[in-house]
Amino acid sequence: MNRWPHRLGLAATMAVACWITTSAAAAQNLHGAMPMADQAQKFAALKPKEAAALASTRIDPVIWQSVVPEDNTLTPARVALGEKLYFDARLSADGTVACATCHDVSRGFTDQRPVSEGIRDQLGRRNAPTTMNALLMQTMFLDGRSPNLEEQAKLPIINPIEMGQPDGAAVTKLVANDAAYQPLFKDAYGRAPTYEDVGRALAAFERTLVFLDSPFDDFARGDVHAISPQAQDGWVLFNGKARCVSCHALNPSNPLGTDNRFHNIGVSARHQDFEQLATRAQIELAKNSNPHALDELALSTDMSELGRFMVTRDRADIGAFKTMQLRNIVLTAPYMHDGTLQTLWDVMDHYNKGGEANPYLDGGIEPLALSESEIDAVVAFMATLTDKRFADQAQTILAAQRTAAATKRPFRDNALALRQLIPFEQRVTGKGGK
Amino acid sequence: MPRRARHTSIETKHYAERDALFDGLRHLDRRAFLKVSAAAAAAAAVHGMVPQSFMPIDVAYAATSGVEPFRIAYISDAHLYERAVNERFVRSLLRAVDDVNHLDPQPDFVLFGGDLAQLGQAGELDLGAQILKNVKAPMHMMVGEHDWFLDLGEKWQALFGQPTYSFDHKGVHFVVLNSIHEDDFWTARGMTPMQRMQTVAGLDNGLQGRFQVGAPQREWLKQDLAKISKQTPLIVFSHSPLYKYYRPWNFWTEDADEVQAILKPFNTVTVIHGHTHQMLTNRIGNIQFHGMLSTAWPWPYAPQGLPPLTIQMDRADPFNPNDGCGNGGVEVHADGLVDKVYNLWNRNPVTVSANYLSSRGTKNVPAKPNLVSF
Repeated sequence: MNRWPHRLGLAATMAVACWITTSAAAAQNLHGAMPMADQAQKFAALKPKEAAALASTRIDPVIWQSVVPEDNTLTPARVALGEKLYFDARLSADGTVACATCHDVSRGFTDQRPVSEGIRDQLGRRNAPTTMNALLMQTMFLDGRSPNLEEQAKLPIINPIEMGQPDGAAVTKLVANDAAYQPLFKDAYGRAPTYEDVGRALAAFERTLVFLDSPFDDFARGDVHAISPQAQDGWVLFNGKARCVSCHALNPSNPLGTDNRFHNIGVSARHQDFEQLATRAQIELAKNSNPHALDELALSTDMSELGRFMVTRDRADIGAFKTMQLRNIVLTAPYMHDGTLQTLWDVMDHYNKGGEANPYLDGGIEPLALSESEIDAVVAFMATLTDKRFADQAQTILAAQRTAAATKRPFRDNALALRQLIPFEQRVTGKGGK
Repeated sequence: MPRRARHTSIETKHYAERDALFDGLRHLDRRAFLKVSAAAAAAAAVHGMVPQSFMPIDVAYAATSGVEPFRIAYISDAHLYERAVNERFVRSLLRAVDDVNHLDPQPDFVLFGGDLAQLGQAGELDLGAQILKNVKAPMHMMVGEHDWFLDLGEKWQALFGQPTYSFDHKGVHFVVLNSIHEDDFWTARGMTPMQRMQTVAGLDNGLQGRFQVGAPQREWLKQDLAKISKQTPLIVFSHSPLYKYYRPWNFWTEDADEVQAILKPFNTVTVIHGHTHQMLTNRIGNIQFHGMLSTAWPWPYAPQGLPPLTIQMDRADPFNPNDGCGNGGVEVHADGLVDKVYNLWNRNPVTVSANYLSSRGTKNVPAKPNLVSF
């Protein structure tokens, strides 16, 4: 289905070239994404009912007020504009990448790839977080370098590896020259398009992506049959022996299951030399520290692995990434900032052995001594955090993960998990290990 | 910021300091904020209750003394139980060893600052000795009260030798003391060795005595120092601080004044101590004092007696068992004075420079090691 009625004359050859690629994005599986037209249709069916009221009933009004900036209160016009922009691949330099390419409605509002693919099939360095419920995150990006959705939305569009526009002015010109967009911007913000308003509209739309209607929420409200006994065991482990809750705070005022903080859990340690990179990063950043340079540097070099350190330059943040939300976690595989863990069983194995020892490992990470049945229980609990609208999709994914985990558990290490071998012991003594 | 606020209690003082900091924060960018923090720390320290003997005295230092600059590292206060009992402290000591083994360039030697064991038991000390064998650089060992009071040093000395010794390195004279002797409080009470150990391991109990270097060791120190010139830079390692900080916790050495008197004639003296598990800086006359971090846990600051030059760290993050812990280093300059490095595991490292101490806290003020706020 063609979302872009052909209004162009024969004379505008440039525009025609752009139009053809746009047409392609609307109809083809570019970069592995569901075609934009199909996504828009799928989204219409999924659209949270709360969107009509413009403030989700699943979010406490006080919290809601705190996440919506005064200059970008939600209006139907703003949300509609944001939705159109979200699915519009013409925002990218070659017309192949929209927000919805890597935050795909059909793939858990992420891309279900280890790292994302941008224009000209370039690969970034990090796993795309889901846009579902992102409105409740206190900072944006895995290193938290943006304070809100408004600021976040503007960066991938002008990142050379992602959507590749030269600058915000180019994007503004693009939408300002589009007859379909002109009235939408006027209705939304009462003025001609600006790049700031592109960011605002996308943020407004993303604030409607509330997917917090899960079996666990029914359980938390008192329906003890809403989740299985195994999942209930998992909830107890989550709050106790498995120590998940230390970082994945999950409660009515914190419904995402994140502390919004940054922790080194050792994922980078498997393939990077932190200390060398940290030295290099400090030299690079001293040369150029504007936010876009940082954005590009993180995506194009190994320094991306330094995580939060690139923002704070605090040595304790080396290799630290934001605690991700647990909502709809089954849908958003593969896991961790670099997408190196394929299944939730891999995730449990990683934590069970106390992460990966490295000089900046968070002090709260320690071996858990979880048994196989305990691991299964925590995974079963995590599965209850899937919004009901995705129940079938999640079931299929979880079944596939379970099958994969039955034969492949690359991060399982019982010696470490059961504390027969202590983290750092192998680094120090050179003995032991798998 | 109030310069001379009067406080009715520790709490009101805390709130006044906090308000001053937040007020500063509202008006300043980050760089300026760091200055405000440091200024507030200095101001708070000056306002604190400080015994007269702690007030710093300006002293002229010899410019150079033929020292070839070098670096040493330290690990301290591991408090090991056997690994089946408590694996976390074992992990922390391993982490510290990993840290110093990755220093580039390597330190000339590594000092272990005492309290290797928690209750002085053979299994604990053996475990510690086994882990420390993996340190690549040469090791120097110091004894702490947790190593000592089960068998009065028998096992520790069998493993590591004499607890009191001295050596020269690149123009600096180093002295290692056993500052944790106590008068006999156990015999008259008929205590078992473990009761004695556990009494010393406790805080705020009236049973035990106070730490002391003791007359025989002071005599040894006098004779040891008689061999070197007063211009030779001196670095003394002691487990307890060689001054009087807070008596109920034994953050204290009873004969500190006598030991200081022995050290006073020397131009350049630095004392580096363990036991207090916190960032701690003091200067008494010409003697500069630095605390060491523990690998096991951070102590809060004592309710009174905190030396005014201390760069205070705020409360440890209760969710991160490593916060406030770490290891560190000592950079020895050509003039024999030292910069002390606190390698905090959960925060940026902090260097307390000789210049900061020499200038009585007016120059090179280190940034406070606060946790990052949102």
